[in-house]
Amino acid sequence: MSAVIEEHHDHHDHKPSGIGRWLFSTNHKDIGTMYLWFSFIMFFVGGAMALVIRAELFQPGLQLVEPEFFNQMTTLHGLIMVFGVIMPGFVGLANWMVPMMIGAPDMALPRMNNWSFWLLPGAFGMLIASLIMSLMGMGSAPNFGWTFYAPLSTTYGPASTDYFIFSVHLMGISSIMGAINIIATIMNMRAPGMSYMKMPIFVWTWFITAYLLIAVMPVLAGVVTMMLMDRNFGTSFFNAAGGGDPVLFQHVFWFFGHPEVYIMILPAFGVVSQIVPTFARKKIFGYSSMVYATASIAFLSFIVWAHHMFTTGMPVAGELFFMYATMLIAIPTGVKVFNWVSTMWRGSMTFETPMLFAIGFIFLFTIGGFTGLMMCIAPADFQYHDTYFIVAHFHYVLATGAAFSIMAAVYFWIPKWTGNMYDEKLGKLHFWLTAIGGNILFFPMHFVGLAGMPRRIPDYSLQFAEFNAMATVGAFIFGFSQLIFLYNVIKTIRGGEKATDQVWEGADGLEWTLPSPAPFHSFTTPPTVK
Amino acid sequence: MSTTNHGDYFIPEPSKWPIVGTVALTTTVIGVVNTIHSMQAGGSMSLLLPIGLLLIAYLFFGWFGAVIDESMAGLYNEQVDRSFRIGMLWFIFSEVMFFAAFFGALFYARVFALDWLAGGSNNAMTNELLWPGFEGVWPLLTNPDNAAIPGPKESMGPGGLPAINTAILLLSSVTVTIAHHALRQDHRKPLILWLAATVALGVIFLFLQVEEYVHAYQEMGLTLDSGIYGSTFFMLTGFHGFHVTMGTTMLLVMLIRAIKGHFTSDNHFAFEAVAWYWHFVDVVWLGLFIFVYWL
Ligand code: HEM
Ligand SMILES: [Cu+2]
Repeated sequence: MSAVIEEHHDHHDHKPSGIGRWLFSTNHKDIGTMYLWFSFIMFFVGGAMALVIRAELFQPGLQLVEPEFFNQMTTLHGLIMVFGVIMPGFVGLANWMVPMMIGAPDMALPRMNNWSFWLLPGAFGMLIASLIMSLMGMGSAPNFGWTFYAPLSTTYGPASTDYFIFSVHLMGISSIMGAINIIATIMNMRAPGMSYMKMPIFVWTWFITAYLLIAVMPVLAGVVTMMLMDRNFGTSFFNAAGGGDPVLFQHVFWFFGHPEVYIMILPAFGVVSQIVPTFARKKIFGYSSMVYATASIAFLSFIVWAHHMFTTGMPVAGELFFMYATMLIAIPTGVKVFNWVSTMWRGSMTFETPMLFAIGFIFLFTIGGFTGLMMCIAPADFQYHDTYFIVAHFHYVLATGAAFSIMAAVYFWIPKWTGNMYDEKLGKLHFWLTAIGGNILFFPMHFVGLAGMPRRIPDYSLQFAEFNAMATVGAFIFGFSQLIFLYNVIKTIRGGEKATDQVWEGADGLEWTLPSPAPFHSFTTPPTVK
Repeated sequence: MSTTNHGDYFIPEPSKWPIVGTVALTTTVIGVVNTIHSMQAGGSMSLLLPIGLLLIAYLFFGWFGAVIDESMAGLYNEQVDRSFRIGMLWFIFSEVMFFAAFFGALFYARVFALDWLAGGSNNAMTNELLWPGFEGVWPLLTNPDNAAIPGPKESMGPGGLPAINTAILLLSSVTVTIAHHALRQDHRKPLILWLAATVALGVIFLFLQVEEYVHAYQEMGLTLDSGIYGSTFFMLTGFHGFHVTMGTTMLLVMLIRAIKGHFTSDNHFAFEAVAWYWHFVDVVWLGLFIFVYWL
């Protein structure tokens, strides 16, 4: 097929044009851009679903949607935010930044990189198609929650569940290839002198995240495969009548699921560890302890999964083991928070938008960490489990945690990506509306949760009404302020004050030695690292 | 496939294969689901399935073909070679984790689920209320609700075919290693011979495996839907068999390339990758032999 090897085009730094540039790309920046836009679009799709949920919950009683449709909304909202927004968002950042930070020309396996990306539209196309069919009255979209517990997803799952299963397979293949690529890039493409312990923390956190992905995405593939077999070929994995156990589903799922939540937070730690030193104009406090803390969190994440299953009737020894193991995670996490705060201590700080989001992250993520500690106490969790308290917990770590860090990263690096400064006023406005809206939205969930309001229901008793109304108001503030973000990003791409190469006064690292905007191929000759 | 020179680095030109791969995989999986649904309704196969599979075949030929051309044209330096090695190694690790999920299910069912259904630990009432009198023994021949899900008549022991298959796979790991040594010393004839022997052993293994499945279905009542024993048995051995099929196909491609004169004594990563994969398949089988057939 390729007898064209002789014809060496020599277009240095000349971008391919047209749609082909994106479809056939082998360029880490273009692929990173596609990941980030995909994530951004999905953020609005998943966000719209969240607003449907919140609108229905504005008042007790059923107003807007059928309970069946409500279930499809919670399910797809969760799946899209986890697999379609946070994960691709971080992969997009990794694609853009890892080669630049380690002094490489591109990712190690550029074609596979493009394949990883393009599988995502295929996977989410299938998922969203089932929702469109459902809106047209043909069957139901997945309706069993993002955790798709058996038997809801096996015995009782709608026909679209089988498409969902394969959509998860495609996402899994995409993530595994992406992770392999990141590992190969970091192990093999570092510039001379860039030893492991000199790598920026963002690179370190992604390195470890990639191992988590390779270890658990196949397990997710395994559990959906067992679902497929139980649904269509009469196996009994999750069916007690044949000697299986529905609780087995939860074990396999959460063996994936808990490392998965760290997959969504470790790169966030990395982003914050880049931003805080820059705007405090100091070196990061405790570099090596950051690295070791990340590695211990990753290790511990494999032995805590059943803290999601305290109420399933595990033997007491199991409850205790998973309770204490989970508590241990607070130690390395605490080390990180301590280091960020110490980095700021006596720093010469300024508060540009990225720093605001990073500090917002440290505050709000830590609130989520504390509620996590409350829930990991097994006897207490009997009260919290499956209530809005959990919803509050994971939105503090994911929305005001992981998502905040992605926003921080975009503001931090967009001058390098586009060569233009973003509009600082709009950026600050975006931050304050998001932070205030987010807290009005998620904080009351703690109260209704502690008072016993169950999650994933379209209706609730009267005593929860005020806090739910508040949360809905917060949701609309939070949601619509993202349009400012969109506007600001587009405005920055279109033009604006020119950015310098270093961009930020306190910025340190290889990516800031490249021109802004960064050239199409990052480092075509390896830079030297002192 | 042409390539621009980027200093010391190799970066491939834009390529259509990732998009072909996406279309191929998406078409195939939609085809699979449509086929399942249509067959459950008494219909026939969805046309998307063969189209998707053909696209996958096109993808493999095209993409690997491009890579082989690039490699033979000497475009790859040591760094690219290392990237490929790292990639293959971690791909195999991901496969290990895929099997780990099913082994985990097997252990969980054997150690916990059956014991608890039979009233073990603090589950006396579970047994009393759900299926009183159920006994959790492995291999499970009488399911908790044996009327709804009839168990198999007998279980599959380690003797006979499984033992022979173990010997075959172990032997094939040896033959592929001998072939590798031959390649490293540039001895083309023994390379081809031992590689052909490895492919033959793979084929024999698969043939015996099919034989075993026929026996299980027709004489032992051991089927996918005969409860957790059949579920775990066929899931583990089935996915392993699928991997042996892939491995044998890849070995066959290596054999054809060896006959065509590809590979040199110091540049034959494709061969090594397939050999690694083959050893991995072998090790998984040992796990199966011990935990599925024997213990
Ligand atoms: C100090 C660290 C953390 C601890 C101790 C912790 C503990 C827990 C516990 C015990 C639960 C289960 C509650 C229940 O269902 O009854 C839970 C749920 C959850 N956690 Fe965390 N967590 C921590 C950090 C995180 C982080 C960093 C993330 C994600 C970035 C996260 C995401 C989630 C999610 C998504 C759920 C809910 C899953 C569901 O049922 O839908 N957690 N957490
Ligand atoms: Cu968890």
